[in-house]
Amino acid sequence: MTTKKVKVATVSLAGCFGCHMSFLDLDERLVDLVEHVQFDRSPLTDIEHCSDDCDIGLIEGGVCNSENVHVLREFRKQCKILVAVGACAINGGLPAMRNHISLEDCLNEAYMDGIGVENPQIPSDVELPLLLDKVHPLHEVVKIDYFLPGCPPSADVFWAFLTDLLAGREPALPYELIHFD
Amino acid sequence: MTKTFVIDGKTIPFEDGQTIMQAASAAGVYITHLCHNPQFTPHGSCKLCTVNVNGRNCSACTFPASEGQNVTNISKELNEDREKITQMLFVEGNHFCPSCEKTGNCQLQAVAYHLNMTDNHFPHFFENREVDASHPDVMIDHNRCIFCTLCVRASEQVDGKNVFAISGRGIDKRLVVNSPSGLLKDSALDVSDCAAHICPTGAILIKRTGYSVPIGQRIYDHAHIDAVALASEGEAHDH
Amino acid sequence: MQGKSELMTYFAQQLKVDIGCTRADGLVSLQSTSCTGMCDQGPAGLVNGYALTRLTPSRIDQIVDYVNRDIPLTQWEADLFHVDDNIIKRDLLLNEKPLKGQAISATFARGLRETLAEIELSGLRGRGGAGYTTAWKWTFCSEENATQRYVVCNADEGEPGTFKDRVLLNSYAESVFEGMTIAAAIVGATHGFLYLRGEYLHLLDKLESILAARRAANLLGCNILQKGVDFDIEICLGAGAYICGEESALIESLEGKAGIPRNRPPYPVTQGYLAKPTVVNNVETYVAAANIAIHGGAWFAKLGTAKSKGTKILSISGDCTARGIYEYAFGTTVNTILADCGASDVLGVQVGGPSGVFIANDEFERKIAFEDLATGGSFIIFNNTRSILDIVHNFSHFFAHESCGFCTPCRVGTSLLKKQVDKIVEGHGSAGDIVALEELCQLIKNYSHCGLGQTAANPVLSTLERYPEIYQAMLKKISYEPGFDLDKSLETARRMANRNDAAAHLAQVEN
Ligand SMILES: Cc1cc2nc3c(=O)[nH]c(=O)nc-3n(C[C@H](O)[C@H](O)[C@H](O)COP(=O)(O)O)c2cc1C
Ligand code: SF4
Ligand code: SF4
Ligand code: SF4
Ligand code: FES
Repeated sequence: MTTKKVKVATVSLAGCFGCHMSFLDLDERLVDLVEHVQFDRSPLTDIEHCSDDCDIGLIEGGVCNSENVHVLREFRKQCKILVAVGACAINGGLPAMRNHISLEDCLNEAYMDGIGVENPQIPSDVELPLLLDKVHPLHEVVKIDYFLPGCPPSADVFWAFLTDLLAGREPALPYELIHFD
Repeated sequence: MTKTFVIDGKTIPFEDGQTIMQAASAAGVYITHLCHNPQFTPHGSCKLCTVNVNGRNCSACTFPASEGQNVTNISKELNEDREKITQMLFVEGNHFCPSCEKTGNCQLQAVAYHLNMTDNHFPHFFENREVDASHPDVMIDHNRCIFCTLCVRASEQVDGKNVFAISGRGIDKRLVVNSPSGLLKDSALDVSDCAAHICPTGAILIKRTGYSVPIGQRIYDHAHIDAVALASEGEAHDH
Repeated sequence: MQGKSELMTYFAQQLKVDIGCTRADGLVSLQSTSCTGMCDQGPAGLVNGYALTRLTPSRIDQIVDYVNRDIPLTQWEADLFHVDDNIIKRDLLLNEKPLKGQAISATFARGLRETLAEIELSGLRGRGGAGYTTAWKWTFCSEENATQRYVVCNADEGEPGTFKDRVLLNSYAESVFEGMTIAAAIVGATHGFLYLRGEYLHLLDKLESILAARRAANLLGCNILQKGVDFDIEICLGAGAYICGEESALIESLEGKAGIPRNRPPYPVTQGYLAKPTVVNNVETYVAAANIAIHGGAWFAKLGTAKSKGTKILSISGDCTARGIYEYAFGTTVNTILADCGASDVLGVQVGGPSGVFIANDEFERKIAFEDLATGGSFIIFNNTRSILDIVHNFSHFFAHESCGFCTPCRVGTSLLKKQVDKIVEGHGSAGDIVALEELCQLIKNYSHCGLGQTAANPVLSTLERYPEIYQAMLKKISYEPGFDLDKSLETARRMANRNDAAAHLAQVEN
């Protein structure tokens, strides 16, 4: 293996950080991993933007708002390999269950006429990202190279995938590691 | 002398009147399938059982076995295409496995696992489909229906009731309930009916039983669908 | 094709009702219909199931006036419903006007087996599209061990751009019924059906009275011409779906079920209507058979090519000066046809309807024949003002709409194909999208249950092969573009948050 460490960036879009937590379940294997891997933009670091030579981007969560689109595009631009991690990134997951309801009804329920709403108003601030009509999986917005299914994918899935990639093998998950739940 | 044909180089005996699927299961050869269940007349609609017979694609669950056929069941091309057909079923409905009671026991999911499917490939339709929770013991989540018609056939052929039917054309196809209100509660369905238990996916669920077996200990959490299907269905095909 | 949307808008304005809606007074509703089999006298419409032809603003004014005054259809001016035959070129079949009963008498005189032999000698192949040898079909059906058999005439004529069966039924119905009667005598059927396309309701009364007259003349019913053959024909109105023209779906529909194609085998000749051996043939096939019974197989086989004997009746529509019915010997080149019907500046021709093939203007020396350009009769001409992608776009919507939804590859695939074609046509495609398009086409083609799905990708595949540059020109020079409109997807949120600043918008493609 080359001495230069592989740069990995990670982010959570419309997700719950569960995939990131599961990644941390790698536990002591993380120690092995960081021998070959250097974390770039990630909740695990304080780096705010991907450097332009990232090797692998791991993305949790689907695309629910305009900011998600910008971040996803940054990842696509800066990472050689982009990986959709977890159910939400792959098919929208739990957040996409709002796709059954019109965005108008969602916003009204949450900010205008839902139970317990005080001072009803739709938030409006240029700093706030706007919601998309529907939550979309990543592959409907940018090209995705690999998918790690699971809600969340187990630590073993991350391990199998990353060790394959680091060893220069075409990643392939064994049957036991393919789960949608 | 028994008549035979060949699947992927293996000689398979058959009797006149058997389909390729029946002969294969009896001989311990698994062919992916979803709309097929040996208890009922075959339907031939999901197309997951497509095999290549002497150079031509055929549905194994309906195509009659005949002497000397040369059948390809497992090839890279067939499996990749079966995966895409499965992906079509996933994007057509709304399948959020983590929140589905059927997860781990679902044949659609298990076929996906079997085919090494990790994503849905196609753009999602995100069609808004209804949930019918009107019946005291059984519910229908139309988001997960794959139109295999097993419930239709079970109700007709086993329960003698005709509770279900498929209506509509193309992508607007829907499972409908034969009752004046269109709701399950006003139909003749009883929780003990075969039709209430036959659904290969999480579209028809029995209420209050969803988590009696914990996730992680369910049928396909550890066993492959080919083994499960052969164990239960191979026997049925023998008769 | 002929200003449909302008006329539709005009209609809506004059009737004061929105398209797809019923007017408040409940007197009238206005819907868009697909092909009505009137491509030679369009734009056309249907009122209470009856065809309205050659619509113009002034004819629309007249209709609106009738509707508003609540005048019953029977009192509308007959010319509104007048359907022309528009037969422009006649050959073997269209030149013949046999005497009533002539083909049946000739059959009995020669003998049933001998007549079947003549039909075999004629080389007649089915005119409905698939081109199966008619004599074989009849032989297989007759050889089945069964107590009852059926003969069905497929007059569903749902392929866009086809209207020749309408003309045959209007002016050659006696021959159609004689052909069916001969088939029945040969295979041993006592009951027959004419499955008539719903849009041809205007022909129903006329056909029924022809049948009645034939019964009176002992050409139908018991002991036909005292030869011991019993046979009668019943007319069934089609369910109004293209898929009902597929023979096994048609049989399901005859049985009162939804028009869904059956699993095959068994084929209709062994297990058709009510699981009994059934011959299904196209209208034109029966007309040809009747004339062969009179004149013999050699008369028919003297025209045509090695594998395609006799003539083919074409329904010619689109960009030419003389739309209508043309009968040609098989083997005629597209160039000859285009010259005859006054087509100029031609971009290409869709031969065989949407499920057929689109040929480009450097292929016009190709021939109409089963071994070259097979067609059920549809021949649609497009001149250079038309856009290939528009044509493909229309056809992909047609198939998504007509898929019966029985099998996964076609039910989901044709809708995905429609989305994918829309994406490219609307300029949202990028490099990978053509690959995805082709992959989807192959999947639908190779795995669909029936002919509809198996041919649904043909418009895309045949144009992709001929005009790759047209598709390429639509692609953005980027690696990926979403298949949905990102900025539009923010519209609701923008409106509700009352924002329109730069951050409240998204570019479809990253800058
Ligand atoms: C989607 C579909 C639509 C069809 N529509 C017609 C039709 O309108 N008329 C027809 O004669 N054949 C139609 N066919 C072909 C019939 O299935 C059948 O082959 C034909 O009626 C046999 O008659 P022939 O042998 O005389 O051609 C259709 C086939 C398909 C797959
Ligand atoms: S029905 Fe099966 S595939 Fe669909 S959500 Fe439930 S577990 Fe997943
Ligand atoms: S509800 Fe279940 S059994 Fe019935 S058609 Fe749908 S998927 Fe099949
Ligand atoms: S190919 Fe299409 S039309 Fe034919 S059975 Fe399948 S869904 Fe129906
Ligand atoms: S199992 Fe054969 S088509 Fe569904």
